[in-house]
Amino acid sequence: MSSGWNWFIVIITLFNIAAVWWLLRHYAKRRKAASKDSSDTTGHVWDGDLCEYNNPLPRWWMVLFFITVIFALIYLALYPGLGRFVGLYKWDQESQYENEVEQMEARYADIYNRFNKLDVAALAQDDEAMKTGHRLYVNNCATCHGSDARGAPGFPNLRDSEWLYGGTPEAIRQSITNGRTGIMTAWGAILGEDGIKSVVAYVQQMSGQSVDSELAAAGQKQFATYCFACHGADGKGNPLFGAPDLTNDIWLYGGSTEAITETVVNGRNGKMPAHKDLLNSDKIHVLTAYIYSLSHQSAGQ
Amino acid sequence: MTATPSTASYNYKVVQQFSIMTVVWGIVGMAVGLLIAAQLAWPLLNFDIAWLSYGRLRPLHTNAVIFAFGGCALFATSYFIVQRTCQVPLAFPKLAAFTFWGWQLVILLAAITLPLGITQSKEYAELEWPIDLLITIVWVSYAVVYFTTIARRKVKHIYVANWFFAAYILTIAVLHIFNNLSIPVSLTKSYVIWSGTVDAMVQWWYGHNAVGFFLTAGFLGIMYYFVPKQADRPIYSYRLSIVHFWALISIYMWAGPHHLHYTALPDWAQSLGMVFSLMLLAPSWGGMINGIMTLSGAWHKLRTDPILKFLIVSLSFYGMSTFEGPMMSIKTVNALSHYTDWTIGHVHSGALGWVAFITIGAIYALIPKLFDKAAMYSSKLIDIHFWIATVGVVLYICSMWAAGVMQGLMWRAVNDDGTLTYSFVEALHSTYPYYVVRFIGGLLFLSGMLIMAYNIYKTISSKPTVTGNSVQPAYTGESA
Repeated sequence: MSSGWNWFIVIITLFNIAAVWWLLRHYAKRRKAASKDSSDTTGHVWDGDLCEYNNPLPRWWMVLFFITVIFALIYLALYPGLGRFVGLYKWDQESQYENEVEQMEARYADIYNRFNKLDVAALAQDDEAMKTGHRLYVNNCATCHGSDARGAPGFPNLRDSEWLYGGTPEAIRQSITNGRTGIMTAWGAILGEDGIKSVVAYVQQMSGQSVDSELAAAGQKQFATYCFACHGADGKGNPLFGAPDLTNDIWLYGGSTEAITETVVNGRNGKMPAHKDLLNSDKIHVLTAYIYSLSHQSAGQ
Repeated sequence: MTATPSTASYNYKVVQQFSIMTVVWGIVGMAVGLLIAAQLAWPLLNFDIAWLSYGRLRPLHTNAVIFAFGGCALFATSYFIVQRTCQVPLAFPKLAAFTFWGWQLVILLAAITLPLGITQSKEYAELEWPIDLLITIVWVSYAVVYFTTIARRKVKHIYVANWFFAAYILTIAVLHIFNNLSIPVSLTKSYVIWSGTVDAMVQWWYGHNAVGFFLTAGFLGIMYYFVPKQADRPIYSYRLSIVHFWALISIYMWAGPHHLHYTALPDWAQSLGMVFSLMLLAPSWGGMINGIMTLSGAWHKLRTDPILKFLIVSLSFYGMSTFEGPMMSIKTVNALSHYTDWTIGHVHSGALGWVAFITIGAIYALIPKLFDKAAMYSSKLIDIHFWIATVGVVLYICSMWAAGVMQGLMWRAVNDDGTLTYSFVEALHSTYPYYVVRFIGGLLFLSGMLIMAYNIYKTISSKPTVTGNSVQPAYTGESA
C-alpha cells in the first residue's frame, strides 16, 4: 500500500476512536450536575406529549464502552490494522496457516512414513491405510464421484474395471496429482444432420445396441473419417487422450440416442481438477491406493 | 407545544398505503422463506422447476423481507413520525405518492426477475441495473420529501427518531450507489466495476451497513417514537441518545470486513473490521437501554398492552443480537461460526426478533390512528399473535444455533491420522432435524402474520367509532 493510503487509514482509524472517546468523556463529565434534576425533562416537547429525561449515562455501560475501546487500541498495537504497521506480534494469516500445516504434518509423519514404505498394491491390502484412504476419499472425491464411488453422468465410476486414462497405480496417481482434461470436440457443424444420425447409430451398434444397419453402415464411413483419430479405428479408445472405449456398454455421459447425439453435436468438456496443491504427496499416495483398491475389491475389502 | 395542526391536515394516505403493504409483503416474504426452509428439509419440494429452486427463491425471500416488508415499514413510520414530530404535513405530497408507487414497482420487478434468474449475484444487491436506477430515483425522492419536511418543521429541536431516519436515508443512498456501480451489457445483464477482493470488500461494506443503517438505525427511529408513545413515558436519557447515535453511525461504517475473516482480504482490513465490530457493542446497547429504561415506572402496562409487549421484546432481541454480532466478529469465534447455520440464526434473531417485532408493534399502534378508529379490532388476537410469534422466533434461532455450532464442530473434527472425521454430507445429514424445527418456527411466525392481517382487515372495515375527534392529535396509547 502506498504511503498516502497508509496514513489515510492510520489517521481516520485513530480519529474515529479518539472522537468516540471524547464523546464519552464529554457527556460523562456532566454527570453530577445533571443527576440532581434527573426527574425533569429537557423541556423539549414533540407531538403533544413526547419528551425526554436527561438521565446520566449508566456507569456500567460507560465502563463497557471504555473496555471495548481500550481492547481495540491494544489489539491494533499487537496485530496488523493501522495501515502498513504489522503489529508487535508480527502476525499474519499466511504464516499462521503455514505453521499449523507444518505442525500437523510433523504430528502425523510416523503414520504416513509407514504408508510411504509400501507400494500401491501392498498399501491397498493394508486395513489402516484403507481407512485413512476412505476418509480422504469422502472429503475430497465424493462430491463428484459419489459416496459409493460409482460416479454420476460426466463423472467416472471408480469401482469398475474401465479406465479412461488407465488403471495402473501410476496412471491413477497422475490423474489425482495433475488432474485430467477430457475434451470431445463438437462435430455438429461438420457432420450435418444426416451425418450425426448415422454416426450415432454406428456408435450404438459398436456397443451392441440394435440399430438400423444401413444407417450404421453410413456412420461407419463418417467414423473412419472424423472419429478414429482419438477413438481408434476399432472404437476401442485411447487412454492417452482419455478417449473412451465405445465398444462396451459403459457410458460417461449416457448411451441413449439423445445423450450420444448431444455428445457428438456439442462435444463434451470433462475436468478432473489437479490435487497437488490441495493434498500433499503422502496423502495422494494413500488415496491412489484406495482408488486402486476399489476396482480390486477382492484385495481391498 | 401549542398550535398543533389537526390530523386532517397531515398526509396519512401514503402512510396508510405503506402500512398495508408492510403486512402484505411481510406475508409474501415470509411465505417464500417458509418454502425455502421446507426445501432445505425436504429437497423434493423444488419440484425440479428452475424458478422454484432454492438458489432463485432465496434472494427473493431476503429482498422481500428486507426491502419490501422492512422498507415499507420504514417508509410508513418515517412519513408518519416526521409529520407528527415536526408538526407539518409531508412536503411534496405528489412526490411522496411517487415513492410509494415507485417502491411497489421495484418490489414487483424483483419478484419477476429474481425467479427468472436475472441477478448481479451480489448478496442483498441482486437486482439488475435498470431496477437499481429506479431504486436510486425513488430513494432520492424519499430524501427530498423527508428532509424538506424536516426543514419546514414548526418545532425548534429535531426529535431523536428523525436523527436515525436521516442517517439511514443518507447512508443507504451512498451504499446503494457505490455497491451497484456497473457496466450494462444488455437490459438484464451488467458487470460490476469492482473486481476480486475489492468487490468483496465493497459488497460487505454495503451488506453490513444494510444491516447497520437499514435494519438498525431505521428501526431505532421507529423505536424512539413508538416506545415512549405506547408507554406514555418520556425517553430515559437525552444524552444517552446523543452518545449512542454518533458512536453507532460512525463505528458501524467499519464493520463490513468481519464478513471476510481468513480470506484474501488483507490482514489489516480484517483487524479493523473486528475491533470496530467489538466497539459497536456499547453504542448498540445504548438504544436498548434508552428504550427499556423508558418503561421504568410503567412496567405494569406490559400486563395489559400486547403492543407494548411486541415493542419491549423486540428490544430484548435487539440487545441479544447486538451482543452476538460483536462476539461472532472475533476471529477465533468466527473461525467456528462462519459458513454455518449459526449465522442464519443470528440474522433471524435480528430480523424476526428485532425488526419484525418492532414493525408489528408499530403497525398495530399506527393502524387505528391512520384509519380513525379507537383501537385495533381485537386486543386478544394481538396477544395471541405475540405468543405465537415469540415461540416461533425462539424455535427458529435455537435450532439454528444448535445446528451451527454442531456443523462448525463437525467440520473441524479430525481423526488420529489427521483426516477429517466427517464428510460434508454427514454434517448435512445431522442438520436435518434442526431444519425441520426451523420450519416449524417459521410456520408459527407466518401464522402470526396471517392473524395480524385478519385483525387489521376487521379494524379497517369496522364502522368508525371516533368521529369528529381527529382534531385532537394527542396520542392516547391505549390498546382496547
